[in-house]
Amino acid sequence: MEWYALDSWIVLTGALCAIACALPGTFLVLRNMSMMGDAISHAVLPGLAIAFLLSGSRSSIWMFVGAAVVGLITALATQWISHWGKVDRNASMGIVFTTLFALGLLIIVQAADHVDLDPNCVLYGALELTPLDVVAEWTWFGLLIELPRAALVLAVVASINLLIICVFYKEMKVAAFDPDLSEAQGFRAGWMHYLLMAQVAVTTVAAFEAVGSIIVVAMLIVPPATALLLSKRLGMVLFLSATLGAAAALMGHLAAIHFPPLLGFNGTSTAGMMALATGFLFVLAWLKHLMFN
Amino acid sequence: MTSLAHETIHATAHEHPADVPLAIHDLTVAYQRKPVLWDIDLNIPEGKLVALVGPNGAGKSTLLKACLGLIPLTSGKVLFYGQPLRKQRRQVAYVPQRESVDWDFPISALDVVTMGTYSQIGWLRPVRTKHRELARQALEQVGIADLAERQISQLSGGQQQRVFLARALVQEARFYLMDEPFAAVDAATEVAIVSLLKTLQTNGKTALVVHHDLATVTQYFDWVILLNSRIVASGPTQTVFTADNLRKTYGGNLSLLAEAGHALSQLGRPLS
Repeated sequence: MEWYALDSWIVLTGALCAIACALPGTFLVLRNMSMMGDAISHAVLPGLAIAFLLSGSRSSIWMFVGAAVVGLITALATQWISHWGKVDRNASMGIVFTTLFALGLLIIVQAADHVDLDPNCVLYGALELTPLDVVAEWTWFGLLIELPRAALVLAVVASINLLIICVFYKEMKVAAFDPDLSEAQGFRAGWMHYLLMAQVAVTTVAAFEAVGSIIVVAMLIVPPATALLLSKRLGMVLFLSATLGAAAALMGHLAAIHFPPLLGFNGTSTAGMMALATGFLFVLAWLKHLMFN
Repeated sequence: MTSLAHETIHATAHEHPADVPLAIHDLTVAYQRKPVLWDIDLNIPEGKLVALVGPNGAGKSTLLKACLGLIPLTSGKVLFYGQPLRKQRRQVAYVPQRESVDWDFPISALDVVTMGTYSQIGWLRPVRTKHRELARQALEQVGIADLAERQISQLSGGQQQRVFLARALVQEARFYLMDEPFAAVDAATEVAIVSLLKTLQTNGKTALVVHHDLATVTQYFDWVILLNSRIVASGPTQTVFTADNLRKTYGGNLSLLAEAGHALSQLGRPLS
């Protein structure tokens, strides 16, 4: 078995991505809004595309601002359309996110000749390539450490998500469990809703380079759903979903580099295998749940 | 509006609004232009156990939610002890319908009750041991302290209802809004809730309770509001809970009228 520094970075980046996603993802699942994660992760595309075109770089803070704004627009527009258009909330979500996603796709394809933003990369991510984009390097006990930008960005976003949940723990808990009580006590459940939506949007952007805008949904939803089968304590559920997501990153990368060669193929996509690993862990948790409940 | 007693209370309400736990003036609520509550004018006197009675779709839950600012008012105003809710939040506790939350949520009974102390704790401050201790005492009061650490999905319907009541108790409010606390609970829980209501009343608290069981209205409540989009009648149970008023409230709903007839016959006041 060959293991390079590159592989460590890929696993670490994947794990940070999983942790960043699992924290807001847990609240999405608890609020029965799992598909809102799907909607927002797709809808942020025009925000990304526009921010990218304006700033001309993928590392720009404007990408996050653009995504957060479009993420909030998605949440607001979904609310408005279902309220004023008298359509079901899910239908309204379907209208908003497909429209925005299509708009984003058009902008990217139109601009593809001029800029370096590949639709495939946006959809599926390129986790294997992230270690090549180094943002800082230093020597530590004779070991050259090249910090990939994606790892840094995801570490920052994961920390922010953790901080938000620590600071607003009781507010998020009551807003998710009983929004009416929350409002009656003067804690605006709506604010917590939009904070969560902004968190999901920003997390999605940080994650899209690593795992793409489709697989990010797996990272948002599957580890929390798994954790909910294993624990009945909110704190434990949050911890478990982050841990399970990180474990899936390691399992996914090992599977991606070792499993296909056994069958005579080249190594495959780590992001894809990570999502598959989360599904595998879910099945295990579900079997345990069936056997012991 | 037809009741004399109601008119009297209404008049005094304007003189001493701070004495009136809940005063509602000209309240109208509409869902997408379809009015659900029309011209509600109400004053609930201090220290009463008040039943809010009416057929399905009469707007009972809507009235509670409108008072709590959970749905927008088309017009009108709601005052708790003479002031809008945002100045009186600590004085008002709410017990929503049991089905309004997801009981599979990963928290314990104690966690749910502790939520009642959040308004006391305030934004961003953490829950402390003393708040959990208050929650534990509230669980004790409703008789399920031994279930504090249970995950809420593992409680029976009656126990879940008691958890909700404990959560309202821990707020130490003066006014309680309860949405069908007696719905689908076991007999022991029903007795526990009634004795809890009486205790609240003894301590000078006021409660507005959405109630479905017409047979027990006279037994549990000393004040009644009959609602069917509009207030049909409001006042002391003795004077307001009459066959005539019930007929006006329930219209042609025969099965409910029969039920009401039964309730009234127990009082020695046959319906027809």
